[in-house]
Amino acid sequence: MTTVPSSWYLTLSAVLFTIGAVGLLVRRNVLVMFMCVELMLNAVNLTFVTFSRMLNDIGGQTVVFFVMVVAAAEVVVGLGIIVAIFRRKANATADDLHILKG
Amino acid sequence: MLAATPAHVVADWGVFVVAAVVVLAGALGVVTARHPVHCALFLIQTLFGVAVLFVSELAHFLAAVQVIVYAGAIVVLFLFVIMLLGVDRSEQVAAEPLRGQRPTAILLGIIGLAEFAGLVRSNQWATGAVSASGPANAAGSNVELLGRSLFSTYLLPFEVTSVLLVIAVVAAVVLARRPPRPTPDEVAEDDERAVREREGVAT
Repeated sequence: MTTVPSSWYLTLSAVLFTIGAVGLLVRRNVLVMFMCVELMLNAVNLTFVTFSRMLNDIGGQTVVFFVMVVAAAEVVVGLGIIVAIFRRKANATADDLHILKG
Repeated sequence: MLAATPAHVVADWGVFVVAAVVVLAGALGVVTARHPVHCALFLIQTLFGVAVLFVSELAHFLAAVQVIVYAGAIVVLFLFVIMLLGVDRSEQVAAEPLRGQRPTAILLGIIGLAEFAGLVRSNQWATGAVSASGPANAAGSNVELLGRSLFSTYLLPFEVTSVLLVIAVVAAVVLARRPPRPTPDEVAEDDERAVREREGVAT
C-alpha cells in the first residue's frame, strides 16, 4: 500500500476530471469529445479506488468494475451513432449536427 | 529532509509523481492534439498512468482490466472508427466557431476545480461505515476479494450488466447497419412517381 496521502490522489482525479470536462466543452470533433468523456470516467474510477482504500472497503473497486462495463457499452453504442452520422455527412463536427434545432 | 525519510516512502512518492505527470500530460494531449489519432494515443498514455495508480492503491485486478479492456479494446475501437470512416482530418483547433465559448469553458473548469479543491481541503470526503461491503485488505489476493464481492453482494447488478451488454451489441448492429438497398420494383415505382410529379408541376 502506498504511503502517499489519499488527498493527493483525489486532487489528481479532480484535475483529470476538469481537463476532461473542459475538453468536452471546447472540442468540436465528435470522436475527441467522446474521448474526453472517457477521461472523466477514468477520473471517477480513480476516485472510487481511492475511497476504497480510505474506507478499506472492497465495494469501491466493485463499483469501478461496473463503471468499466457501462463505459464499454456506452462506447459501443456511441461509436455506432457516430458511424451512422458520418455515413450521412462526412467530416461532421458537433456544430453541424443541428437537425433538431427549433 | 529527503535523507531522513525511509526509502519506500520516497519510492511511493516517485511512483505517484511520475504516474501523475503521465496522466495529466496525456489528458492535456487529448484535449489539445489536432489529429484524432494523436488524441487516441494520448488517451492510451492517460489510461496506462491511471493503471499504475491503481496498482499503487493495491487494485491489481482493476489495473489489469484497465490495460486490457480500456487501452486494448476501447481505444482500438476508437482507432478503427477513425480509420474506417476516414475522418482523420486535422481539426482547426485555433478557430473558434462560437464566440466566447472557450473562455466560458475554461472559466467553468476553474470554478469546478475550485469546488473540488474546497472539498478536498474540507477533510469530509470519506465519511460513513468502514468496510461496509467487506474489507479490501483481508486475507487473500485482490482478485479473490473482488470476485467474492462481485458474485455474492453484487450478484444482481452483475447479472444486469450482462443484459446491458446484450442490448449494447444489438444496438451497435442496428445502428451501424447500412440501410437496405431498394429493390428494382421500388426503384421503378419511385421513377414513375417522379415523372408524374414533374408532369404535374409542368401543367
